[in-house]
Amino acid sequence: MILQIRDVTKFFDGFCALNGVGIEVEKGRIHAVIGPNGAGKTTLFNLINGMYEVTRGEILFKGHSITDMKPHVRAKHGIGRTFQIVHLFDVMTVLENVMLGRHCKTKTGLLKTFFRFSTRELPEEKQTREIAMHWLEFVGLADKAAQVASSLPIGEQRCVEIARALALEPELLLLDEPAAGMNPKETMDLTSLISKVNEMGITVLLIEHNMELAMGISHVISVLNFGEKIAEGVPPEVQVNPDVIEAYLGRKK
Amino acid sequence: MDYLIAVLTIAGISIIMALSFYLPFITGQISLAQAGFMAIGAYGSAICTVKFGIPYVPALVIGGIFAGIVGFILGIPALRIKGIYLLLLTLGFGEIVRVAGINIAYVGAAAGFPGIPYQKYSIVYAYAMVVILVIFFHRLRRSRVGRAFQAIGSDETAAEILGVNIVSAKLLAFSVGAVIAGIGGGIFAHYAEYIEPLMFDVMHGVEFIVFAIFGGIQIFWGPIFGALFLTLLPEFLRVIEHWRFELYGALLILMMIIRPQGVIGLDTVHALRKLFGKAVGRKGT
Repeated sequence: MILQIRDVTKFFDGFCALNGVGIEVEKGRIHAVIGPNGAGKTTLFNLINGMYEVTRGEILFKGHSITDMKPHVRAKHGIGRTFQIVHLFDVMTVLENVMLGRHCKTKTGLLKTFFRFSTRELPEEKQTREIAMHWLEFVGLADKAAQVASSLPIGEQRCVEIARALALEPELLLLDEPAAGMNPKETMDLTSLISKVNEMGITVLLIEHNMELAMGISHVISVLNFGEKIAEGVPPEVQVNPDVIEAYLGRKK
Repeated sequence: MDYLIAVLTIAGISIIMALSFYLPFITGQISLAQAGFMAIGAYGSAICTVKFGIPYVPALVIGGIFAGIVGFILGIPALRIKGIYLLLLTLGFGEIVRVAGINIAYVGAAAGFPGIPYQKYSIVYAYAMVVILVIFFHRLRRSRVGRAFQAIGSDETAAEILGVNIVSAKLLAFSVGAVIAGIGGGIFAHYAEYIEPLMFDVMHGVEFIVFAIFGGIQIFWGPIFGALFLTLLPEFLRVIEHWRFELYGALLILMMIIRPQGVIGLDTVHALRKLFGKAVGRKGT
């Protein structure tokens, strides 16, 4: 198990966003988390990432507790993430965005940056750029490297965000509604991209509202509703689960 | 000729101060404290030369380091505060420095600190510092740390989940900005020969911000241009001297409407680079 969410509860003041949720994510799988709006899916991601602190419970990554680790440390340990609303660095170029993914894998500090006589580029900088270009080619956007990130259409911005997360060399990749706002062709491209990522051995944890994508690509699906896990299993099981159907469509009268 | 040197010296010091504001600004920290750090550097270096006989350059460095230490201490609570609240915190700090200066007899209190040994090559030191800063910012821009700074200023959350240690990066930018301001203060003190707390008040802090925001916030050439232009302009249009802050206000309003990124932007640099080839900027984008 690469990720273990144990009895995790999250309160925002009086409001309970997640109540005793337990999910085990197997290494190398594509594991989807689905549920109606407000179920707590993004809150769960934020807890895994370290952006929020758990009220109760534990999160283990590769067997070690990360519950008290700050977000940047978790990134260093190999957790990458994309957001529901794209969080690219608007003023920077596409390439610079992806190069930032290399931050925790590199170590040139301020002193080394400034105090040197040679005007040639540092080898680490060259390597960072080359690796970043590699990931841009991987998502098919190498030709847009020099463009300002905010000038790309939303579908491409998402791919840049994925490339950026991949540059971190994650073992676990959290994708928060990557298909949101995409047309069918873009969704198909995204689906094959996620498969390619998974084939490289990266575990993918995916929040998706697009059922075709979620059901089609995932090995396991966990379903949340009102902050609790109501079902879990392989896609065919989850599809026919009465609790899941009721959560999405309401009870049959 | 003397007049020209005088004006250019002050312009050079203004550039240093505008750049000292710009560094924390990249990480999203808007600081009104730079005038306070300038005061610490000015008084610190003056104490070194006057009371301890320490030579000029080491005195500048000590003044800068001292300002940097205070910047680090102030930078810690500043981490938790953003936007207008940070502005208020740094404004408060600037005022504390000024009032402290008025009340500490060792540095002359309100009567000021006279008798600072005059450095007749102040202009050389000022522009040497400017050159150092140009190299610094140029290297910073195309570096891991520089990208991290820009990322924090653009989207702190995204930067953090990519592994950037926000706390140490912001503190670093804030402290180094204070060091730069302190060195600027030291150069100023040994040019003016006399310093008093009022020279480092809030309005001066505001001026440095205006230089940077008017000049251009996308790249470090902006604050350099802004400081030069707004320091030299009153010399050519005497009437402006009396209406300086009215002019600043009008310019800022105008800029925010027609060109919010300031006069010098990335597009300006690209256009200039095309015109002059390799003279401006180097390889890459």
